[in-house]
Amino acid sequence: MSVEETIKRIQSQKGVQGIIIVNAEVLICNAGIPIKTTLDNSNTVHYAGLIHQLVMKARSTVREIDPQNDLTFLRVRSKKNEIMIAPDKDYFLIVIQNPSE
Amino acid sequence: MGGGVEEWTQERTLEKPANQLDLSEEELNEEITRILTSNNPHAPQNIVRYTYKERTYKPMSTVDQLAVHCVLEGNLIHKDSDEARSQRAQQGLIKEKSVESLPSTEVGTDGEKIEFPDEDPGEEAVEMVEGEGGVNEEMGDEESNVRKERKLKNQFNFWDRGSQTLNNPLRQRGNQTELPPRVNFSDTANWCTMYDVYTEELQLQEKNKEKQRTQSSKEDKRETKLVPTETQSDDISKLARVSTNMERMVVQNIFDDIAQDFQYFEDSADEFSEGGTLLPLWKFHYSKAKRLSVTSLCWNQKYQDLFGVGLGSYDFTKQGSGMLLLYTVKNCTFPQYIFSTDSSVMCLDIHTKMSYLVAVGFYDGCVAVYNLKLKTMLPTHKSSVLSGKHTDPVWQVRWQKDDMDNHHNFFSVSSDGRVVSWTLIKNELMHMDIIRLSPEGAETVDSGRCIDFHKEFDNMFLLGTEEGKIHKSSKAYSNHLIQTYNAHNMAVEAVRWNHFHPRVFISCSYDWTVKIWDHTVPTPMFTFDLNAAVGDVSWAPYSSTVFAAVTSDGKVHVFDLNTNKYKALCQQLVVAKDTSQLTHIEFNPVHPIIIVGDDHGYINCFKLSPNLRKKPKEKKGQEPQKGPEAEATKMEKLLNFPHF
Repeated sequence: MSVEETIKRIQSQKGVQGIIIVNAEVLICNAGIPIKTTLDNSNTVHYAGLIHQLVMKARSTVREIDPQNDLTFLRVRSKKNEIMIAPDKDYFLIVIQNPSE
Repeated sequence: MGGGVEEWTQERTLEKPANQLDLSEEELNEEITRILTSNNPHAPQNIVRYTYKERTYKPMSTVDQLAVHCVLEGNLIHKDSDEARSQRAQQGLIKEKSVESLPSTEVGTDGEKIEFPDEDPGEEAVEMVEGEGGVNEEMGDEESNVRKERKLKNQFNFWDRGSQTLNNPLRQRGNQTELPPRVNFSDTANWCTMYDVYTEELQLQEKNKEKQRTQSSKEDKRETKLVPTETQSDDISKLARVSTNMERMVVQNIFDDIAQDFQYFEDSADEFSEGGTLLPLWKFHYSKAKRLSVTSLCWNQKYQDLFGVGLGSYDFTKQGSGMLLLYTVKNCTFPQYIFSTDSSVMCLDIHTKMSYLVAVGFYDGCVAVYNLKLKTMLPTHKSSVLSGKHTDPVWQVRWQKDDMDNHHNFFSVSSDGRVVSWTLIKNELMHMDIIRLSPEGAETVDSGRCIDFHKEFDNMFLLGTEEGKIHKSSKAYSNHLIQTYNAHNMAVEAVRWNHFHPRVFISCSYDWTVKIWDHTVPTPMFTFDLNAAVGDVSWAPYSSTVFAAVTSDGKVHVFDLNTNKYKALCQQLVVAKDTSQLTHIEFNPVHPIIIVGDDHGYINCFKLSPNLRKKPKEKKGQEPQKGPEAEATKMEKLLNFPHF
């Protein structure tokens, strides 16, 4: 089952506001490079940069407690929506959903 | 000086030039004073130079007054100069030698003096002589010294002479290059990064070891050593796992209320009545399977949220392609796995231990095994005409325990009257007929419909036929039926052993009845008429007395014999009565939920209300009995109860 199809399905789900795929391999600037997005450019860059930092921090927290452990999923529930981040080794998948919609 | 001049003039007088003035005596005596100044009378005094600074010619005030009249190189050496010192050193050497020689002569004289103390008159003469002799000696010594010095000169005596050469003019040369690229790098070493580095290192070492081993063992294996290079063509493909997770989370957010119900909702009405209810949870549907009916359901025993659905058609005139889907309750919007097949899927079974192996039986008589681990859409094993496939639809497949050689194997039953054992050997399916219900040449065609193996004695199995009979047989006695029950008037749709009681099984049929049997007794222990064709029946995994059946009028019937032996606790209409009928039902092995399939490809999930999943009764006030023994005794009591 191809990833594109899955992402398309996610996009069609209720309340999904946007999907961003971010490259996690970052050396120069301290922010991820968005590969794929359904949001507009400025929002994408904004989300990608901030979330990258957040994930790195969260992951280092988990790994510092137990090096054999790793972060698999991160949900940020906010007043307006929910940001779900699935960090992979090289990529992050970010989905912004309004669950109450 | 004046005298000198006079002297000079006097001398001049001798050769008097012609034009000399004749001076009188007075004039001659006149004193003419001359002063010697340091000024050079020949020096020019009116030199002007142009100054660029003031842009005018300016007289030079200072003029060089030095006039050189004579230069004579002298051969005198300054006392303190190096040359003088070296000269002195040479002379000094000579002198020392002479000094050294002198004392010896003096000693000599002294000795002589001692020798001739009384010879006073001759003393002076002697001294004179001696003195002369001494001088002579000295002279001789000097000569010998010079000679000696020359002799001393040997090849090891060398000169050290320094001279200053012209210094090479200092040169400085500078060149500005482009700055080399610089990167600021900073990092904090964490525990986890160290761990990563170590594990990487370990892996590398192991790899190297393996490489060495393989190289040393076989060199000609190079061709086969094509390391599967990681395909980095589609970089997003790595996200497959992550994206499915994400989809589940998104769906979970959407169906949050259902998830909450699944976990926490208990119908409070159950406290006041005997009956129970079914709470609808998720609804599974795949748009491409709209025209197909659910022909089989099976939960995965290892991953209890996953279940398989066989889709196809029971109608002989509407045969076409079928489908095998695997859903998880975590994502009800889209199947986890999709396999489309050429023929209708009639039955499926998921291996209890190898939970990725799915055996499937088709309408065209084939059986196949799908491996969920592989990404192919094709079955890993499939029977063919050559390998003894059934000639009629396969109605049930059942995985068996691995055989003596650890090969996976399963049984299939088909309308053609054969029960076949299939063994997976490498890429082939080996078949073996266990039973032929209709021996060749026989007039009556007896065709199998369903099969179930005993939970404890897995040799013993029950075989339901399309003629309404149930045969009890054993794998040990090939082609031999131990007992036959005349169970139903129509085809036996399902037959199942009880999970707890070793003697009890249940059967259902389109003749509207569900029957419970003791396999040692030829007549049914209980018979229930459900007023509609019964498609499927299933025992609950948590209680020996609870079972559920689905009927073609869209109802689910749940019984608990322990509570009520005559009536269903729950009869609930779950699909539209006139348009669709229910085909199959299955209990989840762990959670109190059931899945029900209908003939439009929909699968509905229901939660059983507390009354439908009562644990062994505690009303006696005794300690609550638990475990399979308690369940078995519960059933035993029911069997012993004098029934109608």
